Amino acid sequence: MTGVPLTHILFVSTALFFIGMYGLFTRRNMITMLMSIELMLNSVNINFVAFNKYLFPDKLDGIFFTIFIITIAAAEAAVAIAIIINLYRSHQSIDVEDATEMKF
Amino acid sequence: MLADFFILLKQELVVTAIIFLLLFIKLGKDRSNETLLGIINLLLFLNFASGFCCSQDGMLFNDMFHTNPLIVLEKNILNLAIWLISLQSYSWLKTHKHVIEFYLLLLSTLLGMFFMISSGNLLMFYLGLEMSTIPLAAAANFDLTKRKSSEAAMKLIISSAFSSALLLFGISLLFGTTGTLVLTELPAHLSANPLQIFAFILVLSGFAFKISAVPFHLWTADVYEGAPVAVTAYLSVVSKAAVLFVFVSVLYNAFKPLADVWYNMLFILSLATIIIGNLFAIRQDNFKRFLAFSSIAQVGFILLGISGSSQTGTASVIYFILIYVFSNLAAFGVISLVSAVKGKENISDYKAFYTTNPLLSWVITIALFSLAGVPPTAGFFGKFFLLTAGAAKGNYWWIGIAALNMVVSFYYYLRVVKAIFMDSNEQPIEKISIPNYSKLALIICVAGIIITGLASCVYDYIYSLSSGL
Repeated sequence: MTGVPLTHILFVSTALFFIGMYGLFTRRNMITMLMSIELMLNSVNINFVAFNKYLFPDKLDGIFFTIFIITIAAAEAAVAIAIIINLYRSHQSIDVEDATEMKF
Repeated sequence: MLADFFILLKQELVVTAIIFLLLFIKLGKDRSNETLLGIINLLLFLNFASGFCCSQDGMLFNDMFHTNPLIVLEKNILNLAIWLISLQSYSWLKTHKHVIEFYLLLLSTLLGMFFMISSGNLLMFYLGLEMSTIPLAAAANFDLTKRKSSEAAMKLIISSAFSSALLLFGISLLFGTTGTLVLTELPAHLSANPLQIFAFILVLSGFAFKISAVPFHLWTADVYEGAPVAVTAYLSVVSKAAVLFVFVSVLYNAFKPLADVWYNMLFILSLATIIIGNLFAIRQDNFKRFLAFSSIAQVGFILLGISGSSQTGTASVIYFILIYVFSNLAAFGVISLVSAVKGKENISDYKAFYTTNPLLSWVITIALFSLAGVPPTAGFFGKFFLLTAGAAKGNYWWIGIAALNMVVSFYYYLRVVKAIFMDSNEQPIEKISIPNYSKLALIICVAGIIITGLASCVYDYIYSLSSGL
């Protein structure tokens, strides 16, 4: 296989992972935080697919793992958005700074 | 072949059957909450009892699922804990509109934990882990109208999603460096090169989030305070115990070649966990928050036991968790009763509790003594075995600091006992009539606290099933 080497793909996925982490820590809107987490999960997907294709082409473990991650990320987003809607009903806001009743 | 399938998956199938049965009951005609709770408690007892019959070793689904007597015992402990929690939450659920949904959520997390404990493959492990955390976040939001409850659920889902992302990134790097996801094949490919250590650190931090070890503990206190008491009890006992069981087996089996690496990591994590858990527990007034920090400190001791990496290590961890189930649930039993009937959750409300509710006061006192580790109760033996297991490695600084922290923990546990027995209060919590279900749960817990400590056959039995590094 010629073309893009594995390290380039790993660089992209690792960068994506830490961009997601940065977004999670700096954003204050809960939906955006959820999107940041999806970014992190997608970087894992890229990792799995890349490793599977470049290093272990005779196996399917990585591809299967990716499918399960996508499914579970959808389930997680569904529950998280339900919780956020419920939080919006009581707080009238989806800013994490407003959900500070419990501290220390 | 088919008989094997049914016997090996016995506990999972029973839980699944209960889930479906509850769904059908939900679809059928309306029943009163008393009848429903009676049926459910009976079902959960049958679920616990069925765990003891006909178990055998074996693997299923191309090594994805494996089971042995130790795993069956661990699942039985979880079954016992969920039954006790269900009995205790009777007075809270009696007037609740969504009884069945609550149990559906809890039982699906239990099913996830069973698959996680039995997993022989990282994919299976991840699926079990997610199945045991996502419904739990929904359960944390079960008091839909309470502000604190939705805040707690939001914190739980975001931090658990973040921790599973860390875990997954670790797993993906492990897959890249070893080419396998099967836990038994991992050790052959691990050689402590930097990328593998980095992957291991990510996996370890995913675990540390779930067992709330410092510095990954920040969600614990908030979630415990905001969630309904029954869910708090479930989080602090069942979900923590399940992850700890897996943690021990993954460290001892899959990450065996990295033993030197994780020994040092456990050293730092454990000391930070014990010290910070203790220091923060001192300044709490909310009872659930107090027990959250106390449970963080207990996890530090469990990590010390795990570091022993011997047969004693495994046995002492499981033995301690069994005791921890009894003592924590005894405390939560009293708290859930008081919170359901009177709506009070602060330690200062418990002043002069003894003058009105002597029986409940004794139960909570015995529970706190056991958590602190005072000799006649089982908690002492649990901590003693953990320290013994850790001492085998000869790191006496660690043991010394942990032992000193046990003294610190006496201060805050006994402060509560002092408030209950000695402080005066013009308006103590009035006399609470204890429903029969709660009475049964409290009796089992207190009996468990005393008997597991005194009957050496319990520890011997666990020891005979466990294996070391």
